[in-house]
Amino acid sequence: MGDFVNIFTIFVLAVLVGFEVISKVPPTLHTPLMSGSNAISGITIVGAILSLGMQHTTLTAVLGFLAVVFAMINVVGGFLVTDRMLRMFKRKE
Amino acid sequence: MSLAIINVAYLIAALLFIWGLKELAHPRTARRGNGVAAVGMLIAIVFTLLDRQVLSFAAIFVALVIGSAIGTVLALRIRMTAMPQMVALLNGFGGGASVLVAGAALIEAVGIVERPVTLQLTIATAASGLIGAVTFWGSLVAFAKLQEIVPGQPILLPGRHAMNALLAAVTVALGIGIVLRPEELSLYWLVVALASALGVLTVIPIGGADMPVVISLLNSYSGLAGCATGFVLNNNMLIIAGSLVGASGIILTQIMCKAMNRSLPNVLFGGVGVVAPGSSGESDIYAGRIKAATAEEVAMLLDGARRVMIVPGYGMAVSQAQHAVRDLVRLLESRGTEVAFAIHPVAGRMPGHMNVLLAEADIPYEKMLTMEEANPLFEQTDVAIVIGANDVVNPLARDQASGPIAGMPILDVDKARTVVVVKRSLSPGFAGIPNPLFAADNTLMYFADGKKAILDLMNALKDL
Repeated sequence: MGDFVNIFTIFVLAVLVGFEVISKVPPTLHTPLMSGSNAISGITIVGAILSLGMQHTTLTAVLGFLAVVFAMINVVGGFLVTDRMLRMFKRKE
Repeated sequence: MSLAIINVAYLIAALLFIWGLKELAHPRTARRGNGVAAVGMLIAIVFTLLDRQVLSFAAIFVALVIGSAIGTVLALRIRMTAMPQMVALLNGFGGGASVLVAGAALIEAVGIVERPVTLQLTIATAASGLIGAVTFWGSLVAFAKLQEIVPGQPILLPGRHAMNALLAAVTVALGIGIVLRPEELSLYWLVVALASALGVLTVIPIGGADMPVVISLLNSYSGLAGCATGFVLNNNMLIIAGSLVGASGIILTQIMCKAMNRSLPNVLFGGVGVVAPGSSGESDIYAGRIKAATAEEVAMLLDGARRVMIVPGYGMAVSQAQHAVRDLVRLLESRGTEVAFAIHPVAGRMPGHMNVLLAEADIPYEKMLTMEEANPLFEQTDVAIVIGANDVVNPLARDQASGPIAGMPILDVDKARTVVVVKRSLSPGFAGIPNPLFAADNTLMYFADGKKAILDLMNALKDL
């Protein structure tokens, strides 16, 4: 139970930090914000790598393999496409 | 490598995510912010590979390469006009990964003696499977709609509310079953299957102009699914990163709902957008009051204009008119006219859609005004050009107490001295109601496809 309370504390604080940081993003950048934050949600890759690396059973390895592929598409695609968009946002010359 | 060092690396990664998002808040630093977050991700991945539990690297390497290759190709080949479907698709992959990771973790927990099957693990696994599967399938449906693989308009099945409620109840009940009997692994996959159906059925009835809400919400879900997976694995960094994304999606969802003056349940379950066109006294509003203008007439109007405001909508994306619009802006500016853009929060199919298209066409971001910035300026605007927008400039939203868009904040284009509406016909927008703006005394209808209209207009301007 103590473990859960600790980890839940982190969850609540992180949500508050998220609201604080993201409410400042201007409407012009809402699409890059979505694709960029989306790339961050690919963080499940960490769990995917552990499942695949442990090789507990064939089934978990297969699930882990697919999960690594999915999460990596999310991560690489997300960061790259965000960069592509943000490169285009220019100031008045 | 010791667990403490890996955890410190995870802390650094989490801090980099927060720092990166903070930098994303300004156009000048946004690109660096994205890079900072990417470095955080790299650190997280590298240190996970150093974990003692990881025994075999070959398969991981292959999977990383396949995922990176697909991600790179998608990111580099997608057209800017197709960005909403790209974001939807990426959301889906994140949700799908959460389902798979939580499933694998449950199998491991049940099978490995020294890993306790705690209540936290089982509840979080059920949540991961449910949210992740809804995200994955909901996103795929959103993708298919935006890509027009399935019709973009709402598809309403009879009795859908009762069916979805029942489905949701059964899914949650089976989720509780996972908590009570975690060793029954088939329960998990049953929850995933039912949640998949739920994801499809809840997104199918939503379409068109409501897509920005759906995409924002799915964005939030993909974060929450990651967060739930963090609780499954007892991993702080997953929880922090997932919460950040969840919060971001929720904020965007709120902004989108507010910009339509509708509640989230109304957007999700209202089935708006299926009103039969021409059903609400269209002829009375338009009869004999529509003034059509040619390119030459609009050019003459612009010739004498000092301040021009352009109001883009989804139609601009459809006709790929953003580059032509840019050329028109340059032409007008070379003639001494001031030009700016007024962008409604829900213009397009996702938050910020118009801004990305205009940025692609080299329009500087200072020229893209928000609704709050633009509205006080319309009274001093000589010509407002509406291109591909409809409901977001409909005065009925302001003037009528009831109706599908009543109370929705709009761009007050009707306050400009003259309004030019570039549109192919008088067909209604997504809300299915007529637009009195088209019949207003100071409005000229310039009937044509968006891109062609702008090109003809430029030629006419040059010929003056």
